[in-house]
Amino acid sequence: MNALTVREVEVFYGEFQALFGVSLEVPAGETVAIIGANGAGKTTLLRTIAGALTPRRGQIEYRGRSIVGQPAHVLARHGISLVPEGRKIFPSLTVEENLMLGAYTRRSGPWNLRAIYDLFPILGERARVAGVDLSGGQQQMLAIGRALMNNPDLILMDEISLGLAPLVVKELYRVVKVIAETGTTVVIVEQDVSRALQVADHVYCLLEGRVSAQGRPADFSHEAISRAYFGMAA
Amino acid sequence: MNAPRIAFALLSLAALLSVPLWGSSSLMRTLVEFISLLALAQLWNLLAGYTGLVSVGQQAWIGLGGYALIVFADDLGINLFLAVFLAGLFTAAVSLPTAALVFRLRAGYFAIGTWVVAEVFRLLVAGSTDWLKGGLGRTLAAAGALERGLREDLTYWLAVALGAGSIALVYGLMRSRIGLGLTAIRDSETAAASLGVNVNGIKWLVYVLCAFGTGVIGALIYLNVLRITPDAAFSVQWTAFMIFIVVIGGIGTVEGPIVGALVFFFIREYLAGFGGWSLILLGVIAVVMMLVAPQGIWGLIHERFGLEIFPVRRRLPASVPPVPAPEPAEAP
Amino acid sequence: MQWVNIIVQGILLGGLYALYGTGLSLIFGVMRLVNLAHGDFIVVAAYLALLAGQLLGVSPYLSLVVVVPLMFALGLLMQLGLLNRTLGRGLMPPLLITFGLSVMLQNILLLLFTADSRGLDAGAIETASFEVGGVAIGLAPLLTFIVAVCVLLALQWFFSNTMLGRAFRATSDDPDTAELMGIDSRRIYALAMGLSLAVVAVAGVLLGVRTNFAPTDGPARLIFAFETVIIGGLGSLWGTLLGGMLLGVAQTVGAQFNPAWFQLAGHIVTLLVLAFRPTGLFARTRDV
Repeated sequence: MNALTVREVEVFYGEFQALFGVSLEVPAGETVAIIGANGAGKTTLLRTIAGALTPRRGQIEYRGRSIVGQPAHVLARHGISLVPEGRKIFPSLTVEENLMLGAYTRRSGPWNLRAIYDLFPILGERARVAGVDLSGGQQQMLAIGRALMNNPDLILMDEISLGLAPLVVKELYRVVKVIAETGTTVVIVEQDVSRALQVADHVYCLLEGRVSAQGRPADFSHEAISRAYFGMAA
Repeated sequence: MNAPRIAFALLSLAALLSVPLWGSSSLMRTLVEFISLLALAQLWNLLAGYTGLVSVGQQAWIGLGGYALIVFADDLGINLFLAVFLAGLFTAAVSLPTAALVFRLRAGYFAIGTWVVAEVFRLLVAGSTDWLKGGLGRTLAAAGALERGLREDLTYWLAVALGAGSIALVYGLMRSRIGLGLTAIRDSETAAASLGVNVNGIKWLVYVLCAFGTGVIGALIYLNVLRITPDAAFSVQWTAFMIFIVVIGGIGTVEGPIVGALVFFFIREYLAGFGGWSLILLGVIAVVMMLVAPQGIWGLIHERFGLEIFPVRRRLPASVPPVPAPEPAEAP
Repeated sequence: MQWVNIIVQGILLGGLYALYGTGLSLIFGVMRLVNLAHGDFIVVAAYLALLAGQLLGVSPYLSLVVVVPLMFALGLLMQLGLLNRTLGRGLMPPLLITFGLSVMLQNILLLLFTADSRGLDAGAIETASFEVGGVAIGLAPLLTFIVAVCVLLALQWFFSNTMLGRAFRATSDDPDTAELMGIDSRRIYALAMGLSLAVVAVAGVLLGVRTNFAPTDGPARLIFAFETVIIGGLGSLWGTLLGGMLLGVAQTVGAQFNPAWFQLAGHIVTLLVLAFRPTGLFARTRDV
């Protein structure tokens, strides 16, 4: 069964249409990457899945049940976690408090403070520090850890590599692999195409609000990706 | 504005101006009161409805305007009707340092800040027991210099002029470039500023302009009533009236306050014998309208019938119509 | 010695003001909303305590057991029934609605209780006092101050040590991201309003014991709450306490020169702070 099925979803910001009949399938336990240029609609798609946006048309099914129109806080309780673009760490809370808040829904599972600190030791060292006083890479770890504290079945990650040094990104993606290996379904949005191809079982490419290409990473030639990414004529 | 609208406006104006020829003193007094409230509401609408500066302290200018009238006319011997205008200049001047203070506050705290300012004026005036007679208030003695019928007629015509003037001011301002900037500021100050709108400048202009207008109307009110006390003149109830009228009638439209003032007056007269009930009812209606019909009664009318007397809205054409090919010139 | 007395009185008064201010700034912090009926709710609480005394024969302090939950429920209802419906429509609707409520509450109280001043009878406590180093300290004002500080401590514990308190802080930082964590911001707003009115309930009862009250006393209380927050600055409970104490001292000192200057002195100090230190004297929030 698919963990997530998105069918012909159309999303508008007021009168501006951001997604035009986007469809994708995420089999349970797999990792799917969504790539595309800026403004292609990747973040919009992720936020729609998470419930922060409501599609005007289309269907979204999560573990067999329709979730269209359900608000984000309800979907969080059902096991969907979003690591938002820009990390969005709560400034008034410490590292540890940010993590504890991630467990607000009290879903059961392997992830707790101890487990997160094992995964990201630096967070444990700086537990009492204000969340926003961490470096960019550490904040990203915090954001991922916070999302994990929800013990999600489906974790969505929006551009975790943005603005970070390659070494940090490498470490983050090692963690993504660890998360995937626990059986969690992972959907990542990435501008770094090579990273996305390395980690994903399946790739979708968005161009101006539409799916321009999809397939297994091995099936994508460099040329095919460029075409799908930039929309250049062959 | 097109011909039917102009005709309608002129006819209404003519009808109003004719009242002293056939109406009683008490009718004129009531109409002056009505027009005063209408003008106050128009000004509050400009400040809060259009510019987004929700002040609950406009009574500061009503009180200061009223007292300024008495000081100018009685103590300084200035002509009664000139004093009304000067009262507005006085309140405009006082509003400058006031703005400097209250503009440091945002939204809700701005509102309370304006209230505090009004309270300061009230306390200062009430404390001035020698000059301004403190809590006992003062009477406009200079009014006695004019024959009563003449004074009442002149006061009435002044009121009509000011009422028409306030509507013209708001309408004219909203149709100007400044008005476009105002709408932008109300929606988003940051976005407006980034587009080159002089946000600060416009806020100051509107605030001072409204202080001027409210001060003039305050002077008019006490020219009509002849007796002023600090508790009545600086009472927050003035603001309550302005807000109710605008909310019930329709925020952000020129016609709204007119409708709202009519409803307000009707309810007040009808429930006059029931004390506090009129205010409770007005409060309930205002709250319900904010929840269910925030566009107000006029907004509902406009939506239903497309009626518009003073159009200030700017519309984007749904699509730009194709330019028709020029007609071939006639052969001479 | 007389000056020390006066300053002590002002400081103790500050405890009450801190409660006024905390109730107001709590909802502002969580949802950027200013409740213009805040002061009127304080008066409502005093009247509820009056009723409780008449119907149940309890002392004002004991009536808190009934009045606090009642006001909490009232806050929930107001937020869920009225204010939550205006979410996403900007800052004006809540201001106008709460202003309308303010006018309504005053007139309803006038109809129910007339304009006569009333007081809460706390018995012997009201007049008891003791001496410390030549300064006479009234038992009631001291008790008021202690209760206020206890409430602030309880709030501090709530925000720092409970999941709900953390959820409040997160929602106040970023309601959209808080939603991603499973936090229903509408529920949080309702609870915040309930909590605010619960604090108001305590303040109202303490006010009623301290002095007489009448239906139209609300606006003055709102202004004191506002001034406490302006002087103290946003973001810190203890800053609000200090702000309240400064306001109280300004008022009692001003009243010494001229009884009519009680309120005016507070207004002047507030306007001065606004002119020279707009963020308040003890501000601690990261945002505006």
